[in-house]
Amino acid sequence: MRGLRESLIELIRRTSAEIPDDVQRGILRGLEQEKEGTIAKSALEIIEKNIELAKRKSQPLCQDTGSILFYVDCPVGLNQVEFEAEARDAVVEATKRGYLRQNSVDSITGKNDGTNLGPGSPNMHFHQHATDKIQVRLMLKGGGCENVGAQFSLPNTALKANRDLDGCRKVILEAVHQAQGKGCGPGILGVCIGGDRASGYEFSKREFLRMLDDRNPNPKLDELEQDILKTANELGIGPMGFGGKTTLLGVKIGAANRVPASYFVSISYMCWAFRRHGASLAQDGTISDWLY
Amino acid sequence: MTHHLTSPVSEEAIRELKVGDQVLISGVVFTGRDAVHKYLHEGGELPSGVNLEGGIIYHCGPVVLKDENDEWKVVAAGPTTSIREEPYQGDIMKQFGVRGVIGKGGMADKTLAACKDHGAVYLHAIGGAAQVLAECIVRVRNVYMLEEFGSPEAIWELEVNEFPAVVTMDSHGESLHKDVRSQSEEALADRR
Repeated sequence: MRGLRESLIELIRRTSAEIPDDVQRGILRGLEQEKEGTIAKSALEIIEKNIELAKRKSQPLCQDTGSILFYVDCPVGLNQVEFEAEARDAVVEATKRGYLRQNSVDSITGKNDGTNLGPGSPNMHFHQHATDKIQVRLMLKGGGCENVGAQFSLPNTALKANRDLDGCRKVILEAVHQAQGKGCGPGILGVCIGGDRASGYEFSKREFLRMLDDRNPNPKLDELEQDILKTANELGIGPMGFGGKTTLLGVKIGAANRVPASYFVSISYMCWAFRRHGASLAQDGTISDWLY
Repeated sequence: MTHHLTSPVSEEAIRELKVGDQVLISGVVFTGRDAVHKYLHEGGELPSGVNLEGGIIYHCGPVVLKDENDEWKVVAAGPTTSIREEPYQGDIMKQFGVRGVIGKGGMADKTLAACKDHGAVYLHAIGGAAQVLAECIVRVRNVYMLEEFGSPEAIWELEVNEFPAVVTMDSHGESLHKDVRSQSEEALADRR
């Protein structure tokens, strides 16, 4: 896979500098619905200008280039050790070129060695499947929105949230309210109902790999997604928490089995600068097409 | 209403600002975030060359590269979440004479009280708008504590021109963040 490293550098560049089309469409819809002369409208105008500028200059949309999360779907037999080594080299090179900020800190010493490499960085998720296709997706998730994620254990007495979908609805809306503008809204929610504490958050992030305007194939979850989107946008939190109609751009909910004793609802919040792209790779590692 | 603000700035100019006002900031701003605030609050000294009297602190960890002439160039520079500095901000404003803080997400009661007592404002920049805001940075004048804290956490002395922000906490005790939170709390109560 001689072309792999260059492909991954290009994937990082594109993810950092170019917002996916599905997300941009959502932002434009938000821009149309905010009232002229409000600070909400002016915030979205600056956001829209920023999207154009980042793409044109091929520079990071946001200076917090985030946690580096790779999701690789690959055939049996792909050398994952080699793939990861190439990904690490690509991250170092992308950092030198300024597509990524020097963004990885040793949690014990506080040192930032400027490479973006260390335990958990980049974060690799491999998934083998029974076809010969190789697909690699990348998400760059900033710290501001990661910090407003929340995990609830149901039942929750204070919120009167029971172990059912109405209970899930209550805690998800509570998370939106608690986040206010701190996660750089308008945001997108990725939610997992069930799982354990670790897999719940893990699955909630995978929901961000869906297209923003798709519909959930499960009718109950679809109904919950639409309800939360509509209700959250009636709360008046608005872009950046300035007040306004555009609090969320999308809600994506999945479910994982749980043990009888646990009922977790894990909510990841994604900022408007929703950076994720993906590519199908040819056998030599070059990019054959883009996924978003 | 849009105000032009030039840093360093007087208390009088700050007292004129009200929640909801849009401002365009020109002059010098210093970046400072988690490491800097903790360091100063624990009694650390400002590096020589940094004067925050009438100054503006920008909660920001920029992406900065050296260009072909070995000069620093800001590649991306949006605000970071300010609430993490809540334990320190009010005291630092008073101790060093800071008149404005640029950040995102807003701050809480302790900072709001310090804004009122001391005469300072919280200026909300657009989170994530790293390119639009980097375009407003004319020049990197200096960098301090780069070795100790690493690039995102260092103190960058930046010359800015018409940097856009919104006053969301003023020196009269008003906070847009408080208002939006209580309104959204009411709206949510009706929809639970």
